[in-house]
Amino acid sequence: MERFLDQFFNLEVMARYLPDVAAGFVVTIQLALSVIVTGLLLGLLLAVIRAFQIRPVNWLIILFVDLYRALPPLVILIIFYFGLPFIGITMSAFVIAWIVLASVLAAFAEEIYWAGITSVNKGQWEAARSTGLGFTGTLFYVVIPQAIRMTIPPLTNRTIAITKNTALASVVTVEEMLTVAQTSLAYAANTSPLTMAAIGYLLIFFPLTMASRWVETRYAWKR
Amino acid sequence: MAHAHDIASKFVVEAYDIHKSFGDFEALKGVNLTVAPQELVFIIGPSGSGKSTMLRCCNLLEQPSRGQVKITGEEITSRGVDINEVRQRIGMVFQQFNLYPHMSALGNVSLALRKVKKMARSEAEDRAHAALKRVGLADKAGNHPTELSGGQQQRVAIARAIAMEPDVILFDEPTSALDPELVGSVLEVMRELRESGMTMVVVSHEMRFARDAADRVIFMDGGLIVEEGTPERIFTDPRSDRLKSFLHSVTGH
Repeated sequence: MERFLDQFFNLEVMARYLPDVAAGFVVTIQLALSVIVTGLLLGLLLAVIRAFQIRPVNWLIILFVDLYRALPPLVILIIFYFGLPFIGITMSAFVIAWIVLASVLAAFAEEIYWAGITSVNKGQWEAARSTGLGFTGTLFYVVIPQAIRMTIPPLTNRTIAITKNTALASVVTVEEMLTVAQTSLAYAANTSPLTMAAIGYLLIFFPLTMASRWVETRYAWKR
Repeated sequence: MAHAHDIASKFVVEAYDIHKSFGDFEALKGVNLTVAPQELVFIIGPSGSGKSTMLRCCNLLEQPSRGQVKITGEEITSRGVDINEVRQRIGMVFQQFNLYPHMSALGNVSLALRKVKKMARSEAEDRAHAALKRVGLADKAGNHPTELSGGQQQRVAIARAIAMEPDVILFDEPTSALDPELVGSVLEVMRELRESGMTMVVVSHEMRFARDAADRVIFMDGGLIVEEGTPERIFTDPRSDRLKSFLHSVTGH
């Protein structure tokens, strides 16, 4: 027991590496929030564009979505990180991780929003159209608000699952929490920094799960 | 509720030779329908007779495969017609109410006023309140559809239609989804509308209401109008076998 505590909860090691892990914590939060905001918005934008049923555009969207859903995020991340410089594009590792994870989230979110949009009852369309509201107006005022409410539970699940992939950014040298924790672990020859990182992830994702529950109940309506 | 369009034609709704096919199925095989101002026309018939499809052709929720529809003299089946403009003048009430579940009753009634008629929120809400009051739901403006009974929901749907001050309201089986004890409140509102001079086309199985309130009853079967006439004539002196057997099946005697 003592050895366990010494290995995972070594206060001296923790104190020494706390500033480093805290800095990584901040990077992880920045990356996570950037991914969530842009990923969910891009996903919604794609679903809205898809609703207009312009064939060639829809093919592109479906190609994008299926590609990003099929490939493991880590593979995409590595391809972008090592591949982009070859075609003359250099971006910071943080930006690459942001773009890749936001795109992955957008791909999944698009499918979820799309399922929501198509599951809104045909009668809703007819009622709105019969009052003279056009296709776009009906989509924005009647269909999408309902689609979003319906999709909040699967959307939050998916968002949390993908946002946790910020840890993958450690592979491409982003100084996020796991990177820092692993480096510290190597220097200290002690796993306590990893314990701090685990606590850090809980600090980020626990509130996120709670927030999603709050959103679910806040915007739910009885059926 | 008079519009400049009224002068152009002596009919509010005119539909000529309406055909509608769904794949191989011919739902309408050439139907003519004219509705005069302030007239209440009732369309009855067995399910699958094409009566709902006919009604939905009047505001182009169904696009007729062939034929011509005019609203207050303006042909709406011709190319280049702004259907969203035309639909503001044709209210519609659905069997399943189709209220927007994410909005209050007030929101349901005022949405089109704000987004289609481009009224300011306060003006739209004033008008929506007036429409809700007219259907007896002044105190339910803040309630969401799920907090209302079926009868109340349908009255909100009627308020949504009348708030637009249309030339005609189409009712597609407005009481068919209601529990029997809630039907009366909806019919009461429809009766009040009729007395105030609203032009109405009603597809419904409420034969007693048809008898009391309709100016004309149309019996459809197999995608065609089989008989039409005054309620008195249709209900007491049915001539075709099909109408006789239909009346027998719905009244049970």
